[in-house]
Amino acid sequence: MLLVASAFVVLAVAMLVQAAPLPRDVRNASTGCGTALGCGLLLAAAVAHAAGLLDPDPHARLPLGPGGFGASLLLDPVAAVGLAVVGLGGAAASIHAIGYERAQGAGHAAGPVPTMPLLPPFVAAMALVPLAADVLTLLFAFEAMSVVSWILVIANGRSQDGGRAGPIYLITAAFGTLCLVLSFALLGGAEGAWRFTTMRETDVGPVRTAFAVGLAILGAGSKAGLFPLHVWLLLAHPAAPSPISALMSGVMTKMALLVLVRILFDLAGQPSWWWGTVLMVIGLASGLMGVLHALMQDDLKRLLACSTVENVGLIAIGLGVALQFQAAGLPAVAVVALAGALLHMINHAVFKTLLFLAAGSVLSATGERGIDRMGGLLRTMPVTGAAALVGSLSIAGLPPFNGFASEWMTFQAVLSAGRLPQWELKMLLAAAAAGLALIAALSAVCFVRAFGIAFLGRHRERGAATAHDADGTMRLGVALPAAVCVLFGLLPMLPLVLVHPAVLELLPGAGVGDAAAMTLWLLPPGGVQGYAPWAIASIGAALGIATWLALRPTGGGGARRVPAWGCGHPPVGPVSQYGGSSFAQPIRRVFGTVAFAARESVDMPAPGDTRPARHAVRMIDPAWEAVVRPLAAAVGWLADRANGLRSLTIRAHLAIGFGLLVGLLVLTAVVR
Amino acid sequence: MTAVVFQIVQLVLVVAAAPLLTGVVRLVKARLNGRRGPSPLQPYRDLARLLRKDVLVTDTASWLFQAAPYAVFVLTWLAASLVPTFATGFALAPAADLILLAGLLGTARAVQALAALDTGTAFGGIGASREMMIAALAEPAMLMVVLSLAILVGTTAAPAVVEALAQGSVGVRVSLAMALVTLVMVALAETGRVPIDNPATHLELTMVHEAMVLEYSGRHLALIELAGMLRLLLFVSLIGAVFVPWTLLPRDGAPAMALLGLVAYGAKLLVAAVLLGLFETSIAKMRVFRVAEFLGVAFLVGVMAAIFLFVSRGIGP
Repeated sequence: MLLVASAFVVLAVAMLVQAAPLPRDVRNASTGCGTALGCGLLLAAAVAHAAGLLDPDPHARLPLGPGGFGASLLLDPVAAVGLAVVGLGGAAASIHAIGYERAQGAGHAAGPVPTMPLLPPFVAAMALVPLAADVLTLLFAFEAMSVVSWILVIANGRSQDGGRAGPIYLITAAFGTLCLVLSFALLGGAEGAWRFTTMRETDVGPVRTAFAVGLAILGAGSKAGLFPLHVWLLLAHPAAPSPISALMSGVMTKMALLVLVRILFDLAGQPSWWWGTVLMVIGLASGLMGVLHALMQDDLKRLLACSTVENVGLIAIGLGVALQFQAAGLPAVAVVALAGALLHMINHAVFKTLLFLAAGSVLSATGERGIDRMGGLLRTMPVTGAAALVGSLSIAGLPPFNGFASEWMTFQAVLSAGRLPQWELKMLLAAAAAGLALIAALSAVCFVRAFGIAFLGRHRERGAATAHDADGTMRLGVALPAAVCVLFGLLPMLPLVLVHPAVLELLPGAGVGDAAAMTLWLLPPGGVQGYAPWAIASIGAALGIATWLALRPTGGGGARRVPAWGCGHPPVGPVSQYGGSSFAQPIRRVFGTVAFAARESVDMPAPGDTRPARHAVRMIDPAWEAVVRPLAAAVGWLADRANGLRSLTIRAHLAIGFGLLVGLLVLTAVVR
Repeated sequence: MTAVVFQIVQLVLVVAAAPLLTGVVRLVKARLNGRRGPSPLQPYRDLARLLRKDVLVTDTASWLFQAAPYAVFVLTWLAASLVPTFATGFALAPAADLILLAGLLGTARAVQALAALDTGTAFGGIGASREMMIAALAEPAMLMVVLSLAILVGTTAAPAVVEALAQGSVGVRVSLAMALVTLVMVALAETGRVPIDNPATHLELTMVHEAMVLEYSGRHLALIELAGMLRLLLFVSLIGAVFVPWTLLPRDGAPAMALLGLVAYGAKLLVAAVLLGLFETSIAKMRVFRVAEFLGVAFLVGVMAAIFLFVSRGIGP
């Protein structure tokens, strides 16, 4: 706990440095370094906790909070996973932010509000969420996280979506917190338990628990970006400055999911079968819609935000499957599913942070966000490009990178569908398996497209041709998470060391043996197969070197550089390359017509006409049309009706108040 | 010790046999077309010729373009050596997981598509885009096969699946036949055979795989060609091992009997080559957007295989 406390002190100092009378760059550099140090301390606390180096009862009471109760913090295994996520994502983002702020300050596009002063409190608020051991602390941290990030989103408000993103973000965040408040209130029972220790022992009956679970999925899910409440995320995440986008997508969504884990696995008691089913179905919808959305995007940061919806969906599938197996009394499989989900949280935090930071480096080097205006950046920005390649292959779930390890575990759990007792659930899990495969394959398409169009080929615009690799801190900011991606990919047991205590705590009944078996090989329950990426990768590397050595002397010297052949059609301008929308066209034809009612229209002028030919695609986002627009219309309608109340007579007002009082008394009498 | 020897034999065997398999398929197709056709050893000669030739690299391409052939080849080779061919007790058997297999092929495909985009030509883009779409459609169908096997056998490890099926404890099930249909359809798509793609096409606009590798030459092209042949061999071995599992030497079998397994493996390759040649000659290539329907059918058959298993397990013993 000392480590955590010192981390918060360091973060506070990092924020206060901003008030010091120092030159801007020095101030920003010290804030960035301080925040990175604070994140490192958080990570160290998580690792030390997992390794059992800390005292066994790491409680802390802060002399804050209502009525002298004091806010309580607790570093338990779940919190350790959260701190690891904050530490990994936060460290990279704060190092990157130093260079990013300098480039923004020097460049033409200086933000109206500096990002740096709000970076440490944002990180601190996110770290508080998993540490909170009572409802008030948790809700305070959750709100602080929302508000600070909201300021950062509107600070960038002049950019494309910022103006629209601000209000929608605020409304959704308020809605999410409202749902969580109600959920906790239901779980607290008649005595109003608000510390988690007492809440765990409170049994409030199946009906209230059911409502609490539903509200928790709605509240935490809206913050995490689960379909169909993800619309704010697509607007808000890309609108913030890139290091903040990285933290919002990579870390903040995970904190919301950890709140969901805390409620569903920890506080609500023995799960019933439908919790997991609901969560899994929502996760599948988020995954599919998220990845299809991402495939249609041309804006790099928006594409990454869409893919966050997809990955949050994948985690939700894992959590849902774990709940289903736990409810069915099969903790051995639930262990694998939950470990896969928590591992994917850590993994996604790393590679999504990396990709957003790389997008930020590209943005500050070229001033472009649209992938159709980039191209060939791997040659002009070698370090950023290589890191982005690692991130793209990781997020696409390809071995031997880290995304595959967590997806593999989720697959193993889903493929154990045959062990579930109800055959309806078996079929649903079979559908989930197909959905997972489709999501994984489509995300590979998506990131081949994103990386291939933006970083490979020929430069499409002058900005891409004259771009230089970012400065040292920005390069370090992307290189660190890239190294972590490779490390966690080859040795997934390292993050699993953090995950295992959490899994064992959350799943009562799971034997230690189930987890201890997974030290060197990832082993699913009851099978003989495993996944040993380090073995596969080292043999692959040996084969690769052997091939390279064997072929080296042939062919008479090195490769000759020649213009592209193009099957006898030497390419003309860079526009003759495949662009983002042309790459996505087959997928748009196959899936987009169903998912987004995509319609293409071609306007081809007659021969002799000098008008340019035009090709337009129209797409409708079902979440906007089916959920947000009716909801907004309903709120507007209600507001109009409520307006009429103002002009009532005093007697009518009194009558309404009296009627309400009587109604509430009757309700209390009935419920008690 | 035997396991290591078996593994090395398997590593060498797949890479040595892959060009022969392609050569035999070409010979069968030529004979069915009424041509004499080249010798089945022609692919070896082609590869040797390519290795001697100069390497040309597009001037705007990055390092990824030159690294890709090695990565594609090694990943495919590794994947092919994870599939049981003549015995199940090879050294990498505990890691020979069907999902990992799909993943390795997926990485190879992604790298190949990225390299195609790196050429900066329209053909590279068109090939990459179509290849990725086909892969995205084939993956769920492939996973349905894995799911059916996992329900039957309780594991996704290829050697364990083969041993369990060979012991006959699973029995004859209609689901296995459906899984076979799905796997064959997926294999046709993944290896770029007719009716999905035509490996011998000369019309650029109909190409998928060939369009991606247009800019490659010399040893780079040789590696990519060999990787394509290995991919075909991989799927033939996989289908042969899962659906004709009795010829493979089980883990506790006498090592000397491995020779029998090798002979049987050769016979399987020959039969597969003849069947593939017959099939490709008797069917026409379909339009690119019909591929979605083809693989949709494959997926549905795979889903039905899994559902039949659930239902029969739910009602039966």
